[in-house]
Amino acid sequence: MKPRSLLLTSAMAVLVLGLAATANAADIKEVQMLHWWTSGGEAAALNVLKQDLTKEGYAWKDVPVAGGGGAGAMTTLKAMVAAGNPPTASQILGYFALDYAEAGKLGDITALATKEGWDKLVPAALQKFTTTNGKWDAVPVNIHSVNWIWLNKAVMEKIGGTEPKTFDEFVALLDKAKAAGVTPLALGGQPWQEATMFDSVVASTGGIDFYKKAFIDLDPAALKSDTMKKAFDNLAKLRSYTDPNYAGRDWNLATAMVIKGDALVQVMGDWAKGEFRAANKEAGKDFICYRFPGTDGAVIYNSDMFAMFNVSADRKAAQLAMADATMSKSFQSAFNVIKGSVPARMDVPDTDFDMCGKKGIADVKAANANGKFLGSLAQNYAQPPAVAAAYDDVVTKFFHGEIKTSEAAVTELIKAINNAK
Amino acid sequence: MSVTVAPIAVAERRQRTTLRERIQQFVPKLVLAPSFLLVLIFVYGFNLWTVFLSFTNSRAFTSFTLVGLANYEKLWTWTFETDPPSSWYTAIVNIGIFGGLYIVFCLALGLTLAILLDQKIRGEGILRPIYLYPLALSFIVTGTAWKLFLDPGIGLEKAVHDWGWTSFKFDWVVNPRMMIYCVAIAGIWQTSGFVMAMFLAGLRGVDGEILKAAQIDGASAYATYRRIVIPIMRPVFLSAIIVLAHMAIKSYDLVLSVTGKNPGGAAELPSTFMYSYTFTRNQMAVGSTSAVIMLMTIAAIMIPYLYSELREKSQ
Repeated sequence: MKPRSLLLTSAMAVLVLGLAATANAADIKEVQMLHWWTSGGEAAALNVLKQDLTKEGYAWKDVPVAGGGGAGAMTTLKAMVAAGNPPTASQILGYFALDYAEAGKLGDITALATKEGWDKLVPAALQKFTTTNGKWDAVPVNIHSVNWIWLNKAVMEKIGGTEPKTFDEFVALLDKAKAAGVTPLALGGQPWQEATMFDSVVASTGGIDFYKKAFIDLDPAALKSDTMKKAFDNLAKLRSYTDPNYAGRDWNLATAMVIKGDALVQVMGDWAKGEFRAANKEAGKDFICYRFPGTDGAVIYNSDMFAMFNVSADRKAAQLAMADATMSKSFQSAFNVIKGSVPARMDVPDTDFDMCGKKGIADVKAANANGKFLGSLAQNYAQPPAVAAAYDDVVTKFFHGEIKTSEAAVTELIKAINNAK
Repeated sequence: MSVTVAPIAVAERRQRTTLRERIQQFVPKLVLAPSFLLVLIFVYGFNLWTVFLSFTNSRAFTSFTLVGLANYEKLWTWTFETDPPSSWYTAIVNIGIFGGLYIVFCLALGLTLAILLDQKIRGEGILRPIYLYPLALSFIVTGTAWKLFLDPGIGLEKAVHDWGWTSFKFDWVVNPRMMIYCVAIAGIWQTSGFVMAMFLAGLRGVDGEILKAAQIDGASAYATYRRIVIPIMRPVFLSAIIVLAHMAIKSYDLVLSVTGKNPGGAAELPSTFMYSYTFTRNQMAVGSTSAVIMLMTIAAIMIPYLYSELREKSQ
C-alpha cells in the first residue's frame, strides 16, 4: 500500500507545485530556487546569494526541502520537472545533473560561460558535471573534499600526538588515544558516512592512482586486487577504535564528540568545519585539520552545483543573473567561508579563509594541476547513483559484520557494481 | 367530479415523488463522483502504471522500453541470497519479524487494556486519552524519541547504570541484528492505544443482557470473555488487523528514525527498499517491481481473509 500512498502524495505535490508555478509564471524578476540547505550554517551561506540577487532587483522564491543529502529534494525536483514546471535552478549533486541533462531538461548558459571564461577557471573534472557536449547547464558553487581528518587540539596535546603521515601512523595515534582513555575515532555508523571514510582509506592504502583505477575507471583487476582487500582490512582496523554506540549516529553528533573532547578525531568531509565554527571553535587553536593520512596532495571531492533548468523564455534573464551571481568571486568567497568548503573557481583570493580553508584552496589547485583531483564515489561524483549506492551497501555490510572477510567484501563489491550497472 | 380528479392528483404526486427519488438517488452519486474519480486515477491508475514500469528498464526517469521479466528475475535471485544477505532478503525477513510482532502485540496489548478499562473503573476518562495519545504523534517523532531513549550511551542503559545496576546491558538499538525489534517496540507503543480504543468501542457494543445471563449461569469472568465477548468482537479483530497490517507495511519514517538511516543495511524494509531504488538509486524499474511484489503479497493474504470474513457475515 506504500507505493500507492507515495504515488498519490507525489501526484498531489505535482499538482500543488504546478499551480504554484503557473501562478508566478508571469513574474520575470524572480528566481525560484530548490535546495536542501536548511540547517543554520547552510541557510546563512545561501542567504549571501539571496542578498546579492535582491540588490540586482530579483525576488527570491525559496523552495526548501529539508533532509541532508537531498533525497527528499530530489524527489520533489523530479515531480516538478515531470510536471513541466521546473524551478529556475536547483541544488544538485554530480550524476543527478547528468541525468537531467541527458533527459534534455536543462537550459543553456554557454554564452555567459564563454564571456566569463569559466572553462579556464573551473577544474576540468568538475566541468564533466556542469557541461553537456560543451554546453554549460549548471554552475558549481563550491568544492568539498572528503579526505580530511578533524582533531581536537587539546586532546591531541594531552596524548602528545603528532600529525600522522601514513595509515600506520594514524593507527598508532589512535592507539595512543585509546591508552589515554579517550574514544579515538568519532564515527557515525550510517552507510554514507562509512563509505565516505572508505573513499579515503582506499586512496591511502593504494595511493590516489589506485583509487582512480578502481573507482573512476571501475577496473575489475583493481577492484579485486589484494590492495583492495588490504583497504577493507584497514577499514576493519578503524572499527576497533570507535565507541560501542556508533551505529546509526548522525555525522554532526560525531563531530560534536570531537568538539567536546570526548573523542580525538573524526574522518569527515570539510562540511564538518561548519559544526566547529557554529560552536565558536577556531582552526589551529581549538581544532586541527589534516588530510587523511597518506592522501596529502590528492583531493577526493564532491561539489554542490546549481542546475539551470530549461525554463520559459521570460524566466531566462533571471536565470542568467542567478548563474552570474553564483559564479561571482565575491559570492564564491563569502559563501564558502561560511559553508566550510572552498571556491569552485580557481582565481578567488584566500584572504578571508581560515587555515583549513587556505590549505583546502591550495590543495585543490595543486591536485587539479597534477591530475589528483578525483570525484568521491560515496558522494556520487565518481559513478552513477546506482553504483554508488551499491558501494555504500557493501561497505556498510562489511563494517557491521554482515560481510565477514575482506575476501568476501571484494567479491560482493564486484557483484554489486555489476548488478547496478 | 371527484372520481375524475382523484386519479390526476395521484398521478401528479407519483410524478413528483419519482423526481424527488431520482434526485435522492442522484445526489450521493454526484457527491461521490470526484473522490471516486480521484481514487480511480491516483490509486488504481497509478497501480497499473507501477505494474507497467516494472516491466520496463526505467532508471532515473520513466522509460517505455520493455524488458520482460528481467526485473522480477533479479528480485527472485535476491530473495535467496542469504550470505551476505541481500537488501531484498533482509527486507523480507524484517517485514516478517516487524509485521508479526507489531500486529500480535498491538492486538494483545490493545485487547488487554480495553478489557481492563472496561471494568467500570474510576478515572477512565483520564486514562483513555493517555493511552490513545501516542497516536497523535507522527512516526518520526516516536522514532526519534525511542532512538534516544534506547541509546545505550544516553538513554535507558545509562540511567540504569547510574542507578547502580552496572551489569545491565540493552544495546539493541545500536546492534544491527536487533534493531528491527526496537522498531517494533516503538511501533507497538504508538499504535496499541489506538487498537485499545477500537476494542473498547467493541466491548461497549456487547449486549449487557448476554453478560448477565452468563453470570447467572455461573460463568467465570475469564470464561465470559473467552467464550462470549471475544467471539462477539470478531469484526473488531478484522478491522484492527487490516489497519495494523497496512500500517506495518507502509511504515517508513519509523524505521529510518529508530535505526538512524539503516546502518549495515540491516534495517531494510520493503518500503525503504522500494523508495531507495525508485528515487535515490535511479533504478525505478527495480523499485516498481518490489512495489508490485509487495502489493501482490498483501493481496494474497488480505483477499482470502476478507472474503472468508465477509462471506460468513452475509450468511
